[in-house]
Amino acid sequence: MRTHSVKIDKSKCVGCTTCIKACPNEAIRVRERKAKILDQRCIDCGVCISICPHGAIRSFHAKRDILEKYKYTVVLPDQALFGQFTKVRDPNVILTALLDIGFDAVCEPAASAELIAQFAILDSANGSAKEEPTISSCCPTILRLIRMRFSDLIPQVVDTVIPIEHAAMIARDKAVLDTGLDPKDIGVIAIVPCPSQITEAIQPETLNESVIDDCIPIVDIYSELDAAIRKVTEPKKLSRTGRRGLTHGYSGGEATARKAYNFMAVDGIQNCIRMLEEIENGNIPEADYIELNACTCGCVGGSLCVGNPFNAKLRIKKMLSPLPEYGCSYDLSEEARERIQATKELEYLPAFLLDEDRSMAYEKLTMIHEIRRMLPGIDCGSCGAPSCNAFAEDIVQGKSKYTDCVFRRNKE
Amino acid sequence: MQDIVFRSEVDGNDYQRAGEASRHTKSALKRLGLPPEIIRRVGVCMYEGEINMVIHADGGTATLTVGIDKIVIELKDHGPGIPDIDLAMQEGWSTANTEAQTLGFGAGMGLPNMKRSSDEFKIDTVVGEGTTVTMTIYIK
Repeated sequence: MRTHSVKIDKSKCVGCTTCIKACPNEAIRVRERKAKILDQRCIDCGVCISICPHGAIRSFHAKRDILEKYKYTVVLPDQALFGQFTKVRDPNVILTALLDIGFDAVCEPAASAELIAQFAILDSANGSAKEEPTISSCCPTILRLIRMRFSDLIPQVVDTVIPIEHAAMIARDKAVLDTGLDPKDIGVIAIVPCPSQITEAIQPETLNESVIDDCIPIVDIYSELDAAIRKVTEPKKLSRTGRRGLTHGYSGGEATARKAYNFMAVDGIQNCIRMLEEIENGNIPEADYIELNACTCGCVGGSLCVGNPFNAKLRIKKMLSPLPEYGCSYDLSEEARERIQATKELEYLPAFLLDEDRSMAYEKLTMIHEIRRMLPGIDCGSCGAPSCNAFAEDIVQGKSKYTDCVFRRNKE
Repeated sequence: MQDIVFRSEVDGNDYQRAGEASRHTKSALKRLGLPPEIIRRVGVCMYEGEINMVIHADGGTATLTVGIDKIVIELKDHGPGIPDIDLAMQEGWSTANTEAQTLGFGAGMGLPNMKRSSDEFKIDTVVGEGTTVTMTIYIK
C-alpha cells in the first residue's frame, strides 16, 4: 500500500469537483460530497493543493516542533528555498538563519546534486552515445508517473538517487561522527517545496529505505525563517555549494550542471506528460538528456513554496555569480560513486490496470465502451468522476452506480 | 471472446490534433495490462499513420481491433494514393509539402517506422482513390 502526503481536509471540502478535473492522473473522485484521493493513482504532484478554491487539500507533514523530538537535528534545505526571500544574495545568510532558528547543523542537497552531476560528466566522457535520450531522475512525481503510465521508458531513466536522499545519508553519517550520538537521536529534517518530496521521505523511489526522518514545507517555516534572515549580520561560511548545485532549484539547472549541452528541460506536469507521450510514439526529441520537472519552472514552482516561481528563479540566478562553478568538496571515490547509485529499481505500477486477469480486463474494457456510449459525453463531473470515460470505468469496477450520472437519472 | 474495436476519424490538415487517436488507444491498451513493448509499437504505428493521413490524405479513419492474440490497425483514407510504393517505403523519401516540413513532419520516416514496428505490414493503394495500410502486431 502506497502512502501519500496529499490529504483532503473534509471539514473544508465542499465537493465542488474543481480538483477532479485538474488532477493530471485521474486520481481524485468526489464521493458523498467530499473529494477522495485514490492512493493507487496519486503521483503527489500537488496540482490539487494549488487549485483547490477552499484550501481543503493539504500536504500531511511534520509540525515545526518536530525539532524537540531529537537531541540533534540536521536540516536539508531544498534548492528552491534559496529563491524564496527578497534581497538575499548570499546562500550563507539563509543557512545561518536556519541554525539561528534551532537546527544544529545544515547539509545542502545542492552539494549532493553537484556530486551526482560531476559523476555524470565523468561518465559521459568515457561513455557511448545512446540512441534514445536519457531521462532525469530528479523529480519523484515524474518517476511515479513513468512507473504508472510510461513503464516502457523506465530503462531510459538515470539510475542515481534523488539529491536530497543523498544529502540525508551524508548528513546522518557526519552527525553521528561529530556528536557520538545514537543515530536514532539524530533528526534529519528536509525543508521541501512540494508534497512529492514528503512522500519521497515516506516511500522513496530510488532507495529501499528512506533516510529522511521528517519534512517541513517551505510555506510552514517561511515567516519564522524570513524574520531570522533579517537579523543575520554576520553570515557563517556554511555553504559547500557552487553554481552547478544551486541551479537545480529551477528547470534546466540539472541538465546544465551535468554539462548536457544538447538537453531539453520540460516543466509543468501537462507538458511533461505530452513529452513522454511523444517519446513513446517514437517522435523522439533531438536531445541527449531530458530533464522533466512536474512543477512550472521546476522546484521553485512547487505547491508548498511561497509566492511566484518566476521571482524565485530570478533570485537564485542573481545569487549565482559570486559562487564558484563547483563548490562541493565531496571526494569522487568509488565509494562515493556507489552511494549515488539507486538501490531500488523503478518498477511498473499497475495503477490503470482493469484486472489482473487479461481476459477479464478485455471484458471490462468492452463494458466500459458500451456504458460510455450511453453517457452524455460532456465530462461535467457531477457524478464525481473527472470524465464520462472515468465514470464508465468506475461503474465497471463497482465503485459507482449508473444513477450517479445526473443525465441518466433525469431520463429514468 | 469478442474483439474490442476502436474507430476514430482523423481530421485532415489538423496538425494540432494529430496524435489524439494514438493517445486514446494507448491509454486503453494500458488498462488491459498488455506488455509495454506491444503498446509502444501500437503507439508508433497509430501515430505515424495519423500523421500520414493528415499530411497526405486530408484525413481518414483509423480502426484498431484488439484480439486476445493480436492487434490489427487499419488506416483508411481517400487521398491521392501512392504511385510508387517502393519509393515511398524508402527512408527519407517524402512528398510532404513545405508547410508540413516547417512543422517538423515529412522526414520520410513514417512508413518505414510503421513497417519496422509491426509484425505484418500491407499497403493497398489506388492512385486517385486512396490508400489502406493494415498492420498486425502479435501479442506473445
